[in-house]
Amino acid sequence: MVNKDVRRLALIVILVAVAVWGLAVQTYDINVFTFNFSRGDDDGPLGLTLGLDLQGGVQLIYEAVEDGVTASQMAGVQEKIERRTNAFGVTEPSIQLLGENRVLIQLPGVEDVEEAKRLIGSTGKLEFKERICADSLCTDFSDQDIGLTGELLARAYAGTHPTTNNPIVNLEFNAEGARLFAESTSRISGTNDRTAIFLDDELIVAPVARQPILGGQAFIEGPDFTFERVRTISIQLEEGRLDTPIAVISEQNVDATLGEESLNRSLVAGIIGFALVVLFMILYYRVPGIMASLALICYIVLVMFIVKLVPVTLTLAGIAGFILSIGVAVDANILISERTKEELRTGRALLGAISTGFSRAWPAILNSNVATMITCAILFWFGSRFGASAVTGFAVTLFIGVATSMFTAVIISQTLLRILAMTPLSRFTGLFTPVPGRRAAVTGPGRRSQAQGGRG
Amino acid sequence: MDFVGKRKFFFMLSAIIILVGIVSMAIQPRFQVGIEFEGGSALSITFAEAIDEARIREVMAELDHPQAVVQRVGETGVLIRTRTLQSPMTEADVSERENIEDRLQLEFGAIETSELSAVSEVVAKETIRNAGIAVGVASVFIMLYISFAFRLMPNSMRLGAAAIIAGIHDVLITLGLFSILGKVIDLEVNAMFITGILTVVGYSVHDTIVVFDRIRENTARRISRDFATTINVSIMETLGRSLTTSITTLTVILALLLMGGGTIQSLLFTLLIGVIVGTYSSIGIASQLLLVWEQRGWLPFRRSTPTEATTRG
Repeated sequence: MVNKDVRRLALIVILVAVAVWGLAVQTYDINVFTFNFSRGDDDGPLGLTLGLDLQGGVQLIYEAVEDGVTASQMAGVQEKIERRTNAFGVTEPSIQLLGENRVLIQLPGVEDVEEAKRLIGSTGKLEFKERICADSLCTDFSDQDIGLTGELLARAYAGTHPTTNNPIVNLEFNAEGARLFAESTSRISGTNDRTAIFLDDELIVAPVARQPILGGQAFIEGPDFTFERVRTISIQLEEGRLDTPIAVISEQNVDATLGEESLNRSLVAGIIGFALVVLFMILYYRVPGIMASLALICYIVLVMFIVKLVPVTLTLAGIAGFILSIGVAVDANILISERTKEELRTGRALLGAISTGFSRAWPAILNSNVATMITCAILFWFGSRFGASAVTGFAVTLFIGVATSMFTAVIISQTLLRILAMTPLSRFTGLFTPVPGRRAAVTGPGRRSQAQGGRG
Repeated sequence: MDFVGKRKFFFMLSAIIILVGIVSMAIQPRFQVGIEFEGGSALSITFAEAIDEARIREVMAELDHPQAVVQRVGETGVLIRTRTLQSPMTEADVSERENIEDRLQLEFGAIETSELSAVSEVVAKETIRNAGIAVGVASVFIMLYISFAFRLMPNSMRLGAAAIIAGIHDVLITLGLFSILGKVIDLEVNAMFITGILTVVGYSVHDTIVVFDRIRENTARRISRDFATTINVSIMETLGRSLTTSITTLTVILALLLMGGGTIQSLLFTLLIGVIVGTYSSIGIASQLLLVWEQRGWLPFRRSTPTEATTRG
């Protein structure tokens, strides 16, 4: 028995130490063979990733204006936005597709929403130009306009070469496009010159023409082409050709100074809340209260470590969820303490009372926490339907908190309490049972009321 | 203390509070609705110097926003809620927001911070629909889970149903109070409020489960042949824990509310009300429903709903 508890204690110490280390190191990057694991954020406290509402930034949701957009059109929209936000110099933009026809854009650190919207919303410009090269490597060149633009392209799609099976990009022009392309390829075929394809003035690819292409159908191949690369190119071409119109349906921007203020205030709130809870538990439950408070500290460290590990982006609502989960974690300890107290009153020995107390409290802890976790899962679904990161943030941290609290309450609190019960301290049962006299007085009338209750 | 004997009092009390809330919800404006549910833009600006609310209203009217709701926040801050602002369409375009900000700077001096959130009407409608679905789905799943968790109890479906009825009771009271507070102190209902409501359901059920677990245990130990006694003893035995947990949770929420507030204010308010109501309902409603159901079966139970409870059954 003793050995088991000591082993458990050692395990807990190691676990908490790992968590503390994981939080103390701002960022880490582990590479073992092909296994790559890197976590941590350079800017956030303890390397935690902060959400837009805490570090300031812009969140936009765009929706395709027309009905019936295809998945590849949306991929094109996403690609376009990614390219443009990269050009905007945002450190960590996040561009995600939301449902079938929406894109969620998060630009941390960006303050000027209107500028961001201008950049994202403006129509794309796809151009085919003739690149006159001085030598075969084309180190020195000049580009010439040939009037071949996106509207003249009928279709672009990824495929494989029928004989070599290499990945290629297929192009189909309309009649006017075919004519211009034929003229240009007739001029440049057999020379060092190339066809340079630009999207928003940025070069996508510049292939040579082996022969004049007259029918308006062409494909591009390259020695370095992968399936990924041809897919990207064809998506870029399609987006440049069609330019799926999109409109803002939701936007939010948070001032960086206000974000920092909220972060500081919620930290202070968390510390005050935690201190009050610890004070209350120690005054009310005495030694078990101290043990529960220690378990609570382990709990906080572990939850923060998991939040960093997953990683969860911390929002104001997420912090609220975390702080609320402290309340839930305390609840497990309270349930256990109350049960242990009851067992002590029936005259059990301390160690036995602790064990029985834990096993009696367990079903209530498990079931009530599972109910909360179900709620969290549904909240997460609800929030992610329309990119409400506040709602999902709250749900995720509360979920992690509740799940971890079951572990800390049952394993950590119990072990700490049992080990303490094995020390000479255990002779002072009064330390473990708070205010026994008064509690008994309260229970008395309740028992007596049974007769009355029976009538009702 | 005899809780079970006072159940008619509890039912009556709840019925009155819910009724008052429903009356408030029937009177326009039903709620102070945030832009998440209505669509529109909310522009929050702080200036370097003190501002004149009425003057801002005039400026907004001049800028083609006569319906804008202008609210002062502190000495130098202002919250302007209006229809969705036009985004810039081309690179040269000046957006409506820039237009407003430029004009306000001209009138009131430099802007220190400016935050905007905007939601289109389509999204707003979806939010309301999804919120309804979320609450509904959560209720069904929790009910099923409780019925499963207490499957060894006779009629375990009743436990699930009672827990959810108590949860809905809490939601109704919270909604009613928000409707009243919306009229009195402009407390807003937004997406965070829905988060709060769902958490309240979760908390309420959490609390109820603890009592139910005691009932299960006490039933198994056959502490009494009488179900009413078993329930009352179970409530008494869990009372200490219920109150302690509520107090610690409320402490934490109050700390957050006093320090944090801001965007999550409506979430915290919901939780504050919800924790109090949730604790009450697990004692006064959920367990009592089990008893009423057990003693009279479903149909007679309907006859003794709180409004008619004066005729003793």
